[in-house]
Amino acid sequence: MTVALDADFFRRWLSAVSAAVDREAERLTELDSAIGDADHGANMRRGLAAAVAALEEEAPSSPGAVLTLAGRRLISTVGGASGPLYGTLLRRAGKVLGDQESVEPEQLREALHTGVEAVAQLGSAARGDKTMLDALYPAVEALGDSGGDFGAARRAAEEGAAATVPMRARRGRASYLGERSVGHQDPGATSSALFFAALAETAGTAETGESA
Amino acid sequence: MSEANRQVGVVLVSHSRQVAESVAHMALGLAGGVAVPVAPAGGTGDGGLGTSSELITEAAHRVDRGAGVAVLADLGSAVLTVRTLLAEDELPPGTRLVDAPFVEGAVAAVVTASTGADLEAVAAAATEAYGYRKL
Repeated sequence: MTVALDADFFRRWLSAVSAAVDREAERLTELDSAIGDADHGANMRRGLAAAVAALEEEAPSSPGAVLTLAGRRLISTVGGASGPLYGTLLRRAGKVLGDQESVEPEQLREALHTGVEAVAQLGSAARGDKTMLDALYPAVEALGDSGGDFGAARRAAEEGAAATVPMRARRGRASYLGERSVGHQDPGATSSALFFAALAETAGTAETGESA
Repeated sequence: MSEANRQVGVVLVSHSRQVAESVAHMALGLAGGVAVPVAPAGGTGDGGLGTSSELITEAAHRVDRGAGVAVLADLGSAVLTVRTLLAEDELPPGTRLVDAPFVEGAVAAVVTASTGADLEAVAAAATEAYGYRKL
């Protein structure tokens, strides 16, 4: 992994997340209409588009500043629970990265870990509650276990999201459905997996001379 | 003491603009005509169902008289957005999310604030509304 994790990389990562959410918006909304209020796709799309626009306009110069600005935009534009949740994830991670110009994969892992812990605390949720945490925790752990392999993190996130299907929701609107929440993949875990898929893609396309 | 005249502000955050406005109207009505700084912050900025951090921040600043602001929220993103704004220091100093049932808590908070009580007492009254049994 020779790619430089600088502000430009983080901007391209978030653009890739926005593109992935655009592509998958219908599926996210479909998943959310099964157990939620059918707004996850549209909410995430609006929030990420606003975040990407802000990043283009303000062009923050460090990875930490990119994440902080994007998180702030998500909080102010999403309008659903995913706004404060993803906003907190990115802002806390951004705070950990501070203002250094470029970061190591291990620093990114540590920052994301702090962000995920903050999300768990904000939502009073734990792993196994059928939430975004079921994709985020395995992804961050895989990032550590693999020594910074974004592909491994992506696979762990996707497996984590798929593993929410048999779970019974214990947080959010889906928790009111009780047993009826079983059998559907959690929309939040699904969008979380898109963040890591976009991370792997961004790292892949950033590598010059070797394919991901 | 001039501070005694400063009332605690109350912000009502609901997924629905109509719910927030109606509960504010009802709580003020039940406070017996005493002017209390109360602001609804319901729905998204364009009037849809959801939560707007901008409406919440604006409402909190509008009702802040320097004696603290009690925020009541209904559920989900309303609660999470307020908690996030507090964690990020986006709300006036002395703003607190109150753990209370939305309608009953709002009435208790506004009536208590109308007496000139401090934030501690307003928050306690709102939380106590959980104990009001209907059967």
